[in-house]
Amino acid sequence: MVAPLIEAAALSRVYETRRGVFGKVSSVRAVDDVSLKVSPGETLGVVGESGSGKSTLGRLLLGIDPAQHGRVTFEGKPMPTFGTAEWRASRAKMQFIYQDPLAALDRRLTIATQIREPMDIHELFEGSARTDRVAALMAAVGLRHDQANRYPHELSGGQRQRAVIARALATRPKLIVCDEPVSALDVSIQAQVVNMLRDLQDELGLAMVFISHDLKVVRNVANRVAVMYLGRIVEEAPSDMIFASPRHPYTRALVSSVPVPGQPLKGRMILQGEPPNPADRPSGCAFHPRCPFAIELCRASVPELRPVEDLRAAACHLVDSANAPIAA
Amino acid sequence: MTPVEITHPYGGKARRPSWTAILRHTVPLSICLGMLWLLTMVLVAVFADLLRPYGITAMDLSNRLVAPGSTRHWLGTDELGRDVLARLIQSIRVSLVIAFSATILSAFFGTALGFAAAKFRGIVEHIVLVLADFQAALPFLIMSLAVLAFFGSSMTLIVCLMGFYGWERYARIARGLAVSASAQGYASAVVQLGASPFRVYFRHILPNVASTLIVSMTLTFPEIILMESGLSFLGLGVQPPETSLGNMVGFGREYLTRAPWIMLAPATVIMLTTLSISLVGDWLRDKLDPTVR
Amino acid sequence: MIRFVSIRLLRALVTILAVVTFAFVVLRISGDPAQVMLGPDVPQDAVDAFREAWGLDQPLWIQYLAYIHSIFTGDLGISMRDKESALQLVLERIPATLQLTIPALLLKLIIGIPAGVYAALHRQSGIDRGVIMLSILGFTIPSFVMGLLLVLIFSVTLGLLPSGGQGTWMHSLLPTITMSIGGIGLLARFSRSAMIEVMGQPYIRTASAKGLRWSDVVWQHALPNAAVPIVTIVGFMVGALLAGAVVVESIFSWPGIGRLLVVSVANRDLAVVQCILLLIAATMVVSNLIVDLLYGWLDPRLRGQAAH
Repeated sequence: MVAPLIEAAALSRVYETRRGVFGKVSSVRAVDDVSLKVSPGETLGVVGESGSGKSTLGRLLLGIDPAQHGRVTFEGKPMPTFGTAEWRASRAKMQFIYQDPLAALDRRLTIATQIREPMDIHELFEGSARTDRVAALMAAVGLRHDQANRYPHELSGGQRQRAVIARALATRPKLIVCDEPVSALDVSIQAQVVNMLRDLQDELGLAMVFISHDLKVVRNVANRVAVMYLGRIVEEAPSDMIFASPRHPYTRALVSSVPVPGQPLKGRMILQGEPPNPADRPSGCAFHPRCPFAIELCRASVPELRPVEDLRAAACHLVDSANAPIAA
Repeated sequence: MTPVEITHPYGGKARRPSWTAILRHTVPLSICLGMLWLLTMVLVAVFADLLRPYGITAMDLSNRLVAPGSTRHWLGTDELGRDVLARLIQSIRVSLVIAFSATILSAFFGTALGFAAAKFRGIVEHIVLVLADFQAALPFLIMSLAVLAFFGSSMTLIVCLMGFYGWERYARIARGLAVSASAQGYASAVVQLGASPFRVYFRHILPNVASTLIVSMTLTFPEIILMESGLSFLGLGVQPPETSLGNMVGFGREYLTRAPWIMLAPATVIMLTTLSISLVGDWLRDKLDPTVR
Repeated sequence: MIRFVSIRLLRALVTILAVVTFAFVVLRISGDPAQVMLGPDVPQDAVDAFREAWGLDQPLWIQYLAYIHSIFTGDLGISMRDKESALQLVLERIPATLQLTIPALLLKLIIGIPAGVYAALHRQSGIDRGVIMLSILGFTIPSFVMGLLLVLIFSVTLGLLPSGGQGTWMHSLLPTITMSIGGIGLLARFSRSAMIEVMGQPYIRTASAKGLRWSDVVWQHALPNAAVPIVTIVGFMVGALLAGAVVVESIFSWPGIGRLLVVSVANRDLAVVQCILLLIAATMVVSNLIVDLLYGWLDPRLRGQAAH
């Protein structure tokens, strides 16, 4: 196995919020003891409901948000501190793609200027080579060259996201973290953008962390999938395995909610109870109040994420390697 | 400046699809007149040396307190036989230069402090906000009065003092907009690209908040003109032999009964100028910045 | 709530202290009062004696501490010129100033607010445009120009009213009008935009949709909600009751604290200037404080925030 491009070890991030200036401080454990690795050229899908900490995880990976515990290493070196010159320089190798392309673009600059900006910042390529590269990038993401001098508000949502992607690719990064890159787009456009991302990734050999609440989309792009629930990874396995035979009850519920074309929905597991509230975390396994299989042990102790099969890890007291896989 | 270019060549109804939204709307007559007046004032201030018929201290002792309309002195003369028109032109230049420099100064410092507060947060932000509160609670005219009286009036001091006026508004606006831009959206996207703070603030945030800042400048500018002319009227602003609009009104006041034109000419200019800026500023605000009422 | 009030009180105190410090520093480092009071040709020992008598030979920070101490004991110094208590001098002038500013404030309220509200309720009508135009005119004309114009018309040309001095009610008519015009314009404008903002809110549409009488909609729903921004401006005007009179009192030779300030500034009478600055700043700070507390009463949402 190749050395991982980026590796996160035991990351935790706690946010403290106050009600009012002198209110009581309440803490929210957005990401709790998460470890993961991404190899060059690989796509890791991160799936979870809103509030599962998946976006925070993305920010922690790129060092935009400081982790309170744990560390991130990129190409074997620790991630520099946010805002330092080293951190800024390292941005040429890793990029972030936002959910809302309109918010991520400066509405007073043309998209060509903005696609060029990373090259200006990192002083990559020379003079006219930058201009050529802007044209090449625009072509690669499927923007017409006459759109170069348009402003963000003059483009459609899909075109804007293409511009954001072109900007992210400008410095030839090795890693891209996409935070819900298509959820703000029309469903009809989503597939185009996702397919384009996948093609570009194959072509450029990028590693990608693809964060989404949408399993259909993740299934389409990811080699490996990590499922998050209230800040922790509950199951991690190659994409095919996760979708063919989910082991963790939460994953099973998620997977069974996605219809497969041509097949009637069967054995569908519908989640009961309250959606998770990160500020009020249940004891033991955070999923136990909604889990149809929960036993006393689940209330009392937090299950560790441990290997249960080759290539698969799960965090559930009821799943163990001795057991036959629960249904397919 | 743009507003001047906009209406003048195309008259009241400027239509040009390639220009921004400003032009797609009809410009009301009062706004046109206001812009025309401001343009005239700017031109007068710039070309004061060419336009002045006489020196501002040139006395024509045989023609003292001449009423307006005379062929040699269009706007009449004052008690020393000095030409009112010449003094008026010079006053316009002095008052505009003071108001303009002070507005720029206060916009610059206010914006810089606001950005600093947004960038460094924590203690810096607290200090800036407390200073802004303090500034807002100050009886500014009274303070300026005291400072000018005790340090002695000079052009530099007046500009610096007036430059303190209103900075807290820019600071509040710049801080608010920069904080919201950094929390999410284009500013954080650019930070994530690896841009230096300088680039983030000056290439991205500043152009985005500029329209709001310009709108607040149109609010501060007339207030500074009024403040300077008020101080000069009380004899504490611009000192003779130099002259400013307020200073002319102040001295003209003594001849109110015998030669009201000495005081009426600068008073009219002050009124029309502040009125024009207010009208044009209001209109600009509606056009440029829907978020501020 | 107690916490909220005490924080506001603390901030008010800090502001006043800052004003005092500012005034003290500016006045002391800008020139030597001894030279000014005694003139340039006085022998050195006379100057030294004067300095010693007034404590001017002490280091600046000792003068400052002494000053702060004396303020807390209610002693605001003695006028160098009149050898009287500065506070006494200033207090004597206050009634004259209030005689102008209070009627002017009332005029602003009873003309400005109704005009603005009426204009807002009849948007785009002729009256609305008239109110807008007049209000812009009102606050763009500087008070010294307005005052002199009024003198020119009513005293010089028509000979109806006296042009200055204190005496009968006729004497206070022109200064009061001069003082109120800018404020009327400002209040009309603010009331208008506050009302327009409120009238566009969903709860007003709901109230009129459920068949409430129009006057009830305006009185019970719109006006109370438009009150917050209007109160801010009124609070500012109350705060300026003492400060706003400087220019107008000079024009009309009115013997209030505004004129006292201009005269004392010209004479470098430190104690009197500091005393006036302190009084004016205190008025402003206190009225700001009251406005802040009024918010809580006018707007329950802000009350909620304050409680935390």
